[in-house]
Amino acid sequence: MERLNEKPNQMTALKAAFPATIPVLTGYACLGLAYGLLMAANGYGPLWSTLMSAIGFGGSMQYVAITLLVTAFDPLQAFLLALMVNARHIFYGISMLDKYKGLGRVRPFLIYVLSDETFSLVSTLEPPEGVERKDFYFWISLLDYSYWVIATALGGLLGRFLTFDTTGLDFALTALFVVLFLEQWKKKENRPAGVIGLACAAVSLAVFGAGRLVIPAMVLILAVLLGGRKRLCT
Amino acid sequence: MYLTPFQTLVMILAVAAGTQLTRWLPFWLFPENKEPPPVVSYLGRVLPAAVMGLLVVYCLKNVTWMAAPHGIPELLAILAVVLLHRWRDNVLLSIAGGTALYMALVQLVFA
Repeated sequence: MERLNEKPNQMTALKAAFPATIPVLTGYACLGLAYGLLMAANGYGPLWSTLMSAIGFGGSMQYVAITLLVTAFDPLQAFLLALMVNARHIFYGISMLDKYKGLGRVRPFLIYVLSDETFSLVSTLEPPEGVERKDFYFWISLLDYSYWVIATALGGLLGRFLTFDTTGLDFALTALFVVLFLEQWKKKENRPAGVIGLACAAVSLAVFGAGRLVIPAMVLILAVLLGGRKRLCT
Repeated sequence: MYLTPFQTLVMILAVAAGTQLTRWLPFWLFPENKEPPPVVSYLGRVLPAAVMGLLVVYCLKNVTWMAAPHGIPELLAILAVVLLHRWRDNVLLSIAGGTALYMALVQLVFA
């Protein structure tokens, strides 16, 4: 028994992680399929779309990048655009500095694939008893990553044979963020920050529009959180 | 394909580099063997809740509030998620219920 305790079972960790990722599976299946399909429609077959998903792994950024793949070759613009569209990831890293400390070999992988969805799960959920933090995060990250890559490949290969009407299925990701917002809300001390996030993003959306809401929202959130630090620190 | 295979590969790497820079930056600036400044630790504690709010709004960014259907399917589905979650406190049930309602609304009611 002692040996078992020393070497936690990966299967237990996988079993604990999988249910948490089902909403991501639904959302990624839908958006990944659509991405593979869209790339194919623009002349980039499953090999290219899958390569982009596996290396680029950037969700909405990959959709934006399609427009760049059908215009003049400009990698610098692609780099800068990816930097801006994904700037919110900087917040994820800051939030995970503590939780991702001392995780050894898996740490670079966890950072490489830290998407919106994976971040929401690892930052909100705690591993159940008997499951190591490192293993729980690893399986969530790996599962989410594989869903996206596999869905992209499938979309590129057989998207056109899809007959089931999936309109609205990608709402699973919105619902996931709402639920994780509610999970954060359970802790009283998180509530002011939650409201600040909602309000700053809404203001930014109203002022700057859908295409450019992220960076102003981040600046606004930082300003309010730092300005209210004394009050929020209780 | 509009670009050559080599150009496409460079574009993929450029997108990956931009994305990865945003993911690695905090971990480079504040390496794990050093204690980050208190203000960064503070942000690490309060940002997750704020980011979840940002992501909810981000998902709703393309909703047309001023024209039909005025975001009604989204608001109803979110309401369903909140009520289900209050009632059963089951993550999967809340998400499945909200998504099913949303699909029904956009495919059948507001189609």
